[in-house]
Order: sequence, then C-alpha cells, then structure tokens
Amino acid sequence: MVEHPEQAADYHPPHIVPVPIYVAVFVALIIFTALTTGIAYIDLGKWNTVVALVIAVCKMVLVVLFFMHVKYSKGLTRIVILGAFFWLGIMITLTCSDELTRHWEIVPQGWSAGMHIARQLF
Amino acid sequence: MAATHPAHPPGFAHQFETVEQQRDAGHLGMWIFLATEILFFGGMFTAYTVYRSLHLQEFIRGSHELLVKFGATNTAVLICSSLTMALAIRSAQTGKSRGTVISWLLLTWVLGAAFLAIKLRYEWYRDWVEGLIPGVSWMGGGGHTPGVKMFMCFYFFMTGLHALHMVAGLGILTVLVVMTARKRFSPNYYAPLEISGLYWHFVDIVWIFLFPLLYLIGGRYPGS
Repeated sequence: MVEHPEQAADYHPPHIVPVPIYVAVFVALIIFTALTTGIAYIDLGKWNTVVALVIAVCKMVLVVLFFMHVKYSKGLTRIVILGAFFWLGIMITLTCSDELTRHWEIVPQGWSAGMHIARQLF
Repeated sequence: MAATHPAHPPGFAHQFETVEQQRDAGHLGMWIFLATEILFFGGMFTAYTVYRSLHLQEFIRGSHELLVKFGATNTAVLICSSLTMALAIRSAQTGKSRGTVISWLLLTWVLGAAFLAIKLRYEWYRDWVEGLIPGVSWMGGGGHTPGVKMFMCFYFFMTGLHALHMVAGLGILTVLVVMTARKRFSPNYYAPLEISGLYWHFVDIVWIFLFPLLYLIGGRYPGS
C-alpha cells in the first residue's frame, strides 16, 4: 500500500485540457450545427442524409475526444468504446441485411382490411 | 480497521494500488455502462433505419411536420451545456473555489432544464394541439397513412427516451451541487464529477444524431 499514492514514481497526473481547446471544440460544434441545418435547405438529393450523418459523426468524435477526454484515456477504455460501436454496427448491419433484402407484400390499408383477410383465412 | 492497514487520503479507496488506477477503473466502468446505453439507443436507431427505408416518403412527410428552428436551438443549448459541464469538471481539477464549480454546475442544470422546457412548451405541447401524437391526439398531420404515424411514434419514443435521460441528468447535477457544497471534491478526488460528465456528454451525442435523423429527413429545400 502506497501511503501517498500521488507521489508514486510512475504516477501520471490527470490531463487537464486547456480552456482554449474546450472553447475551440464548442465553436466547431456550433458551426457544425449551423452547417447541418443550413445544408438541409439545399437540394443535394440523396446526399442530404449522407452529409448530415457525416457531420453528426464529426460532432460525436469531437465530443468523445475532448469533452469526454478519450484523447487522453487508456487503451483499455478505448477498446471498450470501439467494442460498443462494433456491436452497434453488427446490430444495424445484420438487421438491415435481413429486413432490407426481403420481398415485402403490399400492406393492407388499416386494421379492418387486415381483419377481413384474417377472417377469410380462419 | 485502522490497525490493519494505513489510513487512505480522502476519496482514495483501499482496494486500489494508486490514485491513477482508481481513476482509470472509474473511467472504464462508466464506459462499459455507456456501451450498454449505446446499444440501448442503438436498438431504436436500428428500428428507425429499417422503417425509414420501408416508408421513406411518409417519414419525409412526418419529418416536415416538425419545427427545425426548435430542434436546431435545442442542439445548440445542449452543446452549450456540454461546454459548461466540461468547465465545471476542469474547475474542480484545477482546485478552483467551490463557488466556481457550483456556478458551472448550476449553469449546466439551467441549460438542461431549458432544453426540456423548449421541448415541452414549443414542441410536444404544439404537437398535442395540432394533433400529431398517435393514440393521444391524432388529427392526421402529414397524412393519414401508417408510415406517417410510424414516424411520429419513433419521434416521440426516441425524443422521449432522450428526455428521460435528461431528467436523470438534472437529478445527477443536483446531487453534484450538494456534494460540492459539502466539500466532497478536491483536485485529488473529483471522480463523481468526471463520471457524471461522461453521462451528460453521452446524452448530448444522442441528440446530435436525433436532430438530423428526425428533423431533417429529405431536406427542407423548396420542393423537398
């Protein structure tokens, strides 16, 4: 047991992020928000969604790296974070590969139509 | 107990070898919790992705019933609250006065409450008046088709789940203010502040994705 653990030889003090970095990240996040809103009013066709998602991912990376201090964190913590997103990727990819490759029948309009078909079947 | 092992400094638990190890363990534990949260919200985002691709035109019509100005304002409000949260933790790290830490925490609280107030007053209340809430107040805004209702259900469940996290966050911030006032933190020990900060920033990130995915489907340009 170390009596004064902060004085141990291999002690690494927590990284204190300078205020200008926090402010710069904040300004970037606000600019990205304005950008994503503004671009929605420009016709890019299918690219509107892609651009919005790319901007959202950039914002997330900024928040995670600086506000959540992951830029200064340990490898084990980073593996947990990457693992979380890897499993999220598995969930979305496998669900979509199933749901989006089915041949869907036309859905009857409203419940009454569904009940009518059910009555015919049973 | 004191006879069997040396007394530890305030905030340093005896099962850890070093303060650094304790800090890393705290971060790791919180990120494992956040991993479950990512997959928790991820389930809704997955369902959203599937139904959006099945009913894209109706999702666009439903999305156009939402007011972008309030969604965008609330995004900015949450980003401000993330900055004030980060500054609250920083003032504890650098040994600033309790008053400074509490001021940043209270500012974060106010911004979080402002987010919920805007959501309730200018969005959900309006949705109720205009009949956009399936099963509660539904007048078929955006069209009487199942896909539009489906979109509105996703909108309310996703923003609702996010709002519940915000309410929990406000509770956590209140506890932090009390703990700070009771001199529980020092530059050597501020783990509850840092861990709660991770939670607060995570809730911010969820909204960063909800805003474009709910409010901006299909764009807002003329003819969209």
